[in-house]
Amino acid sequence: MIRTPLRPLARILSARQKGENPDSIERENLRLRHEAIRDKSRMRSEGRLLFLGIGFLAVFTTIGARMGLLAATEPIEPRAAATGAEITAQRADITDRNGRILATNMQTYALYAQPKDMVDPVRVSKELAAIFPELDATTLERRLTDGRSFLWIRKVMSPEQMQKVHEIGDPGLLFGPREMRLYPNGTLAAHVLGGASFGAEDVQSAEVIGTAGIEKAMDVRLRDPAQAGTPLQLSIDLTLQAAIEEILGAGMNMLNAKGAAAILMDVHTGEILSLASLPAFDPNDRPNPLVKGDAGDSPLFNRAVQGVYELGSTFKIFTVANALQLGLVTPESEIDANAPMRVGRFLIKEFKNHNYGPKLSVFDIIVKSSNVGTANLAMIVGGERQAVFMRALGLFDPTPVELVEASGAKPIVPKKWPDITVMTTSYGHGIAASPMHLAAAYATIANGGIKVTPTLLHGGVLQNGPRVMREQVATDAIRMLRGVVQAGTATLANVPGYQVAGKTGTAEKPNKSGGYDTKKVVNTFASMFPADDPKYVLVVMLDEPVEATSSTPRRTAGWTAVPVAAEVIRRIVPLLGLRPLVESAPVDGLTAVSN
Amino acid sequence: MRPVLYVLSFIVVMVLAFWAYRENYTTQYHLKEMVSLQDEIATLREALILQRAEWAYLNRPERLRNLATANFDRLGLLPLEPAQFGAAAEVTYPVASMNPELGVDGTSMIADPVEVLGQTASDARTPVVTAKPQDKEFP
Repeated sequence: MIRTPLRPLARILSARQKGENPDSIERENLRLRHEAIRDKSRMRSEGRLLFLGIGFLAVFTTIGARMGLLAATEPIEPRAAATGAEITAQRADITDRNGRILATNMQTYALYAQPKDMVDPVRVSKELAAIFPELDATTLERRLTDGRSFLWIRKVMSPEQMQKVHEIGDPGLLFGPREMRLYPNGTLAAHVLGGASFGAEDVQSAEVIGTAGIEKAMDVRLRDPAQAGTPLQLSIDLTLQAAIEEILGAGMNMLNAKGAAAILMDVHTGEILSLASLPAFDPNDRPNPLVKGDAGDSPLFNRAVQGVYELGSTFKIFTVANALQLGLVTPESEIDANAPMRVGRFLIKEFKNHNYGPKLSVFDIIVKSSNVGTANLAMIVGGERQAVFMRALGLFDPTPVELVEASGAKPIVPKKWPDITVMTTSYGHGIAASPMHLAAAYATIANGGIKVTPTLLHGGVLQNGPRVMREQVATDAIRMLRGVVQAGTATLANVPGYQVAGKTGTAEKPNKSGGYDTKKVVNTFASMFPADDPKYVLVVMLDEPVEATSSTPRRTAGWTAVPVAAEVIRRIVPLLGLRPLVESAPVDGLTAVSN
Repeated sequence: MRPVLYVLSFIVVMVLAFWAYRENYTTQYHLKEMVSLQDEIATLREALILQRAEWAYLNRPERLRNLATANFDRLGLLPLEPAQFGAAAEVTYPVASMNPELGVDGTSMIADPVEVLGQTASDARTPVVTAKPQDKEFP
C-alpha cells in the first residue's frame, strides 16, 4: 500500500510562500487518513455481520425444514437397527414345569366385509353360509345390503376356510391378520389356564386378553412386550396332570359323582404340580357361563379353587394339632368320647350312631374319626384359640394362588363362636373352605409346621413362612394321619412302599330348607406321602359320589375318595421319581400259609 | 504450484463423490436385503411357533395314551409302576468273554436282556465295587 505523506514537500513550500501554517496541511492529511481507515473497518465489520446473519439464517432454515419434514412424514421402523430377540408374539406362551407348551399363539385371519365394494351380496351370503355352518344366509344378506360400510364376519378361521373364501372371489371380502390363543392339550389343565379372547379389535390386529384362570390373573405379565419372548413357566407337570385327570375322571364316572377335584402339591416349595377339576371344558372353545341355575354346575366352575365346601372330618387334625401345640394334651391323653353328646338342643353323634367311648386317646380320636372326641377337645382349646389357629393355617382368607377365581373364593366362616360352633367347626362342619385351602393347610403340617403358600408358578423356592406349629406337633399329627391309613377309615389308601398318611372327610351337603341332605355328600381325602418325610400332599374331592357295588349304597369317603386317591398315588409315585420303601423279604424263604 | 493443487483437489473431490455415490447405493441395497431377511426370519419364526404348537398337539397326553392303547399288541406299553424301580447294584455285571463284542453265550451283549437278581433292599444298598479313591497329585 502506498502511503500518502502527511507533509508533502510541494504543498508545504507553496504554503510557506503564501505565509500559511504548514501544520494545517498535516492535520488535514491526518484527518483524511483516519477517515479512510474508519470507512474500511466499518465495511469489514458490516461484511462480517452480514455473513454471520446469512449463516444463522441458513442453519435455522435447515433445522426448521428438517423439523417440518419429520413432523409431516409417516413414521417408519428403523431398518438398520440390529434386531436380535424382537417381539415374536404379542402374548407370551405358557409352559409346564418341564417346558411343554400349555398355551401358545397361532397366526390366523379374521374375515370382514366392506359391502360398498361388494359385487354380488346375494351370492356371497349363500356361499359364506355354505362355508361357515353357523352363519345364516338370509340374515347375512340383510346385513350386507342394509347400507352399512363395514361388517365383521368371522374372528378366526382355518386355512381351508380361508381358501374357500378366496375362491368366492368377491372384492368386498377382506382378511385381517389375527394372533389367536391355542391350547394344544385340549381340556387338560383347563381350569388352570382359563382361556383368552379378543379385546379391542382392528382390521390390522386385535389384542388378546385373558378371560379366566392364570391367563387373566397373570394378564399383565403375559402381555408385557419386554417378556413376550420368555414363556411363563407353571409349576404344573403335564404328565402328572394327565394321569391324575384320567384316574379322577374314571373314579368320578365309576362312583356316579357330579364332579371331582384333585390337588397335588409339593410341601416344601408350595408348588402345585397338578390341579384338576372335573367336569372340564376346552379352553380353545370356552363355553358361555350359565345364565340361570347354579354356577357350580357349569364345567367352567373350578371345584378345586372356587368351590367352598364343608370338608368334614379332614378338619379334625387341625383341632388336634392346636391342642398339641398349646400343650393341653399329648397324643396319649384320654378324652371323653361318650356318644351321643348333647349340647343345648343339639345332639352330636358319631357315624352310624357308634359309640367309641367312654374314653379315647387323642391318637384314636383321629384314627376312629370321633366327632364327640374332637368336640370335647375343641372345648378344652376354646373358640378363640381355635379361630386364631385356623386363621394362621390360612383357612379364613382366600388362597393367594395365581388364579383369578381364587381371590373370590373366601371361606365361609362363622361370625360368632358359641360353644356349638366351636364344636362343629372342630370336625369341619359350619365352616366351608376350598380343597385348595385344605391342601395348603395339610402341606403346612407336612412341612414340619412352617406355613406353605400355594403357588402355580415354577420357582422351587423353599417356603419361608411363619411357623404355625412346633415340629414335634407336626410329626405327631403326621403319625396320627398315618394311623388313619393303617388302621382307621382310610385303609384302602395303603399303597405298599409309600407310607400314605391322610384323613377322610364326609360332609353332607346343605339343602335348600336349611338342613342337610343325607344322600348328597362331599367326600374328601387329604393325604401326604411318604409319612416319614412327607414330600407331597394330595387332596382328592368327590362331589356327590355313591359306591353302588354293595347292597346298600355307600357314601363315605373311605369307600369313594380314598380308593381314587390310592389309585392316583400308585400311578403318580413312579412319575415323581419316588422309590418304594422295600420291606425286607423273609430270609428263610418260607411263606405264611393259612387255610 | 497452485494450479497443480487445484487440479489435485478437484480430483480428490471427484473420487470422494464417486465413493459416496457407491456407498449410498450399497447401503440401500443392504438395507433392502436386511428387510427381506427380517421378513424371512419373521416367517420362519412363525413357522417355528406353528411347528412347536403342532408338536405339542401331536404329543398331547390324550393322543399318546390312545396310541399306546391302539398299539398295545406291538409295544405292550403300560403305565410305570412302583415295582419297576430297581437299584443299579441289582444289575449283574456281564461276564467278560474272549470276544469283547459278544456276550457269554455268543450273542451280542447289547441285545441281552438285563438280568435282575435279588430283591432285598439291604442287598441293593451294598455297593458291589468299593473303589478306593486314589490320591491325586497336583503339580
